[in-house]
Amino acid sequence: MDPMDAIKATYFQECDELLAAMEEGLLAMDAGENDSDTINAVFRAVHSIKGGAGAFGFEPMVAFAHVFENAMDAMRSGKLDPDPEVVKLMLRASDVLADHVLAAKGEGKVDEARGHAMADELAALTAAEPAPGAATGAVAGDEGGDEWGFKPLSFDAAAPAAEDHWRLLMRPSAAMYAKGHDALLFLRELGRLGPIQTTLDTSRLGEFASLTPEESYLAWTVQLPAGIAESAIRDVFDFVGDDCPIELTCIEGAAPEAAPPVDIEALLRSVQPDPSETPLRSDADDKPAAATEKGGAKAAAPGATIRVDLERVDRMIDLVGELVINQAMIAQRVTESGLARSSTVAIGLDELEQLTREIQDSVMAIRAQPVKSVFQRMPRLVREIAGSIGKQVRLVMEGEGTEVDKTVIERLSDPITHMLRNAIDHGLESPAERINAGKSEEGTVRLAALHRSGRIVIEVSDDGKGINRPVVREIAVKKGLIAAEATLSDDEIDNLIFLPGFSTATTVSNISGRGVGMDVVKRSIQALGGRITIASQPGKGSTFTLSLPLTLAVLDGMVVSVGEQTLVAPLTGIIETLRPKPEEVRALGPSSFVLAVRGAHVPLIDIGVALGQRTVPINPTQGVVLLVESEVGGRAALVADEIQGQRQVVIKSLEANFQQVDGVAAATILGDGRVALILDVDTLVEKRLNDRRETQPLAKAS
Amino acid sequence: MENGESLNNTQELISFRIDEQEFCLDIMAVREIRGWTAATPLPHSPSYVRGVINLRGAVLPILDLKARLGLGLVEPSARSVIIVVHIGNRLVGLLVDAVSEILAAERASVQPTPNVGCETVSHFVRGIIASEGRMISWIALDDILPEQEEAEAA
Repeated sequence: MDPMDAIKATYFQECDELLAAMEEGLLAMDAGENDSDTINAVFRAVHSIKGGAGAFGFEPMVAFAHVFENAMDAMRSGKLDPDPEVVKLMLRASDVLADHVLAAKGEGKVDEARGHAMADELAALTAAEPAPGAATGAVAGDEGGDEWGFKPLSFDAAAPAAEDHWRLLMRPSAAMYAKGHDALLFLRELGRLGPIQTTLDTSRLGEFASLTPEESYLAWTVQLPAGIAESAIRDVFDFVGDDCPIELTCIEGAAPEAAPPVDIEALLRSVQPDPSETPLRSDADDKPAAATEKGGAKAAAPGATIRVDLERVDRMIDLVGELVINQAMIAQRVTESGLARSSTVAIGLDELEQLTREIQDSVMAIRAQPVKSVFQRMPRLVREIAGSIGKQVRLVMEGEGTEVDKTVIERLSDPITHMLRNAIDHGLESPAERINAGKSEEGTVRLAALHRSGRIVIEVSDDGKGINRPVVREIAVKKGLIAAEATLSDDEIDNLIFLPGFSTATTVSNISGRGVGMDVVKRSIQALGGRITIASQPGKGSTFTLSLPLTLAVLDGMVVSVGEQTLVAPLTGIIETLRPKPEEVRALGPSSFVLAVRGAHVPLIDIGVALGQRTVPINPTQGVVLLVESEVGGRAALVADEIQGQRQVVIKSLEANFQQVDGVAAATILGDGRVALILDVDTLVEKRLNDRRETQPLAKAS
Repeated sequence: MENGESLNNTQELISFRIDEQEFCLDIMAVREIRGWTAATPLPHSPSYVRGVINLRGAVLPILDLKARLGLGLVEPSARSVIIVVHIGNRLVGLLVDAVSEILAAERASVQPTPNVGCETVSHFVRGIIASEGRMISWIALDDILPEQEEAEAA
């Protein structure tokens, strides 16, 4: 990679983090946290993005960020109240800034009309503030409209008026220049705050022969309007601290310092025998390398983290996966060779197994990421959807710190996006309807993540009207999805929305109704080994619950034999395993059996038959039963021949070289080097249950 | 291949025999040839899908080429071989009785497949190579995997 590209890539990474921090801060402000820390954090984020953009020459981004920064600055100095309207505007501005970052990356385009409108709105915010200095309105905000917001520094001391003003004495030290700072930048920055008058103080400049090239001799006196907050001025020097001592005094009503104009030419002549050489500049020019080094060290120090290529992590995970298989293989060979469990080899192997497991866990932990990276994209999405269909929506997010494996994270975004769209578009009522229903105008959508029994659960709930069951039913009948006279429970009606080709929106909006329905969401989630359920209360809202495995790389499984084959059943779905007694197995209908488990009757499904390995089920009393909880069919009892044990297995995709196989979630490699299939309990049960539904009327009729 | 010209005009092929018929594959598609190991059968799959095996940590589907071409099942023996081929970005193992030779054919000598009114032939035979009185069918691998039942959604 070109070094410049590498630096750019780092800048964009930082931009992403800064944008996230900015949005987080703004959301906190939206929630009422208006403390200066939060406001400052947002300001700093905008400021840093602008700084980098300037360095890379992303002009439109700099221009916009500058206006944004001015507005934030006004807020920071207390001139602009962070009331909800303003914060909402800023949130939208942060979206535009994010667009600018994308555009700079070359991944998107900025809607220019929108950008300009936003810049104008932001500029209006600061411009609307009355200038406390009364005499001139030329405070920061007014300049916000212009690209860079600074004017040539005026060196003639034509004092405008005798009024209150700040007098700032800045005396940059050699140490400041050594770190790569430049006094000119501070003067520009001050110039942005308002009209300034700068006087150069050369009193410390001695004879040329006595000058040390790296010493700093110059000082400046800057006069600023009193309307500027003291903190705003001091913040300019935030970065340098003691390296550039300043004295800030408020002069009340006194005439501006009558400093004689400085004749730069004369000054230069006085210090330089040969004008072509400018030794004064050398101190700043010689040091940039040292300065960047220092800057780099500073940046790395606070969080002890490193950025690693994902590929490297993935490679390591693959290798550890192989190691686990290899270790299991050796263990099996040792057992086969008849060594006693107490032998030193076997004991050593036990330790090796523990170590491998630990290595695997730690490697997996490297990939674990908080769901925040997905969640933080959602507020913007919600704002845009809500804005485009004229609903007022408040998004509440919980559990952003919940960690999931990277493989899962990257596939969460689409289903969550779709579920949120659905909640806002279909779930929430329009403001008028809400008021009629006695609810607050603003609808609430909650997005929560939590860990539950080894899975990650994502909940999207709204306080809208809930699922309109009669309408859903009617549509399903009209579309021929169910028979008109079918009796369905509330749950079953709710689940109709997951059927392919179902869409309840009476008008096709540009939000939903893109031809992708909840059925696609459901299928893509099932493909990940997840499930989705819905709970709805008419008039009170609906909750979609999405549950996914924490990782898609390893799985705790129960190894069973069925006929000749060895299969793995995911442990998460298994409630218990048992050996049924003959009196617990009862026939129901011509060919089905149920198992009595503590008073409940659960359908028995022979795994071998379900996978098409054999046609005649084995007698359940001679096999073992895995009692499973499936998404669609509730509880079911899977019959296997024998249980071999419990093991953590590395998931190998079947799709990589082949294709999806019904009833099989994936494959794994066992200790003997052979491939074993991992059962997809849900589809296995669903398939059997659907068969059963077809035969049910017959059974009733006979 | 000695020089650039031959690279353009000749095609190296790996040939094998199924019963009395000779077939060949483009050698560039072949990644390795390995001995037979018992495969784990896949449920609900066509009979020519023999199952999956472990190829150094990857799950490799094994297709019985004889059955795929409608010539009956191969009885796998210790002498049977698996030709591991690339199909797109997938790796697939083809089970055959034995590999016979590597031959070079002039591109110009490849004849179009005669129409014999058989879908299997028109699907899987890319062309015919006549050499020393023999007829070798050049197999097209593109459609050798079973068709996906549904288009992959999302």
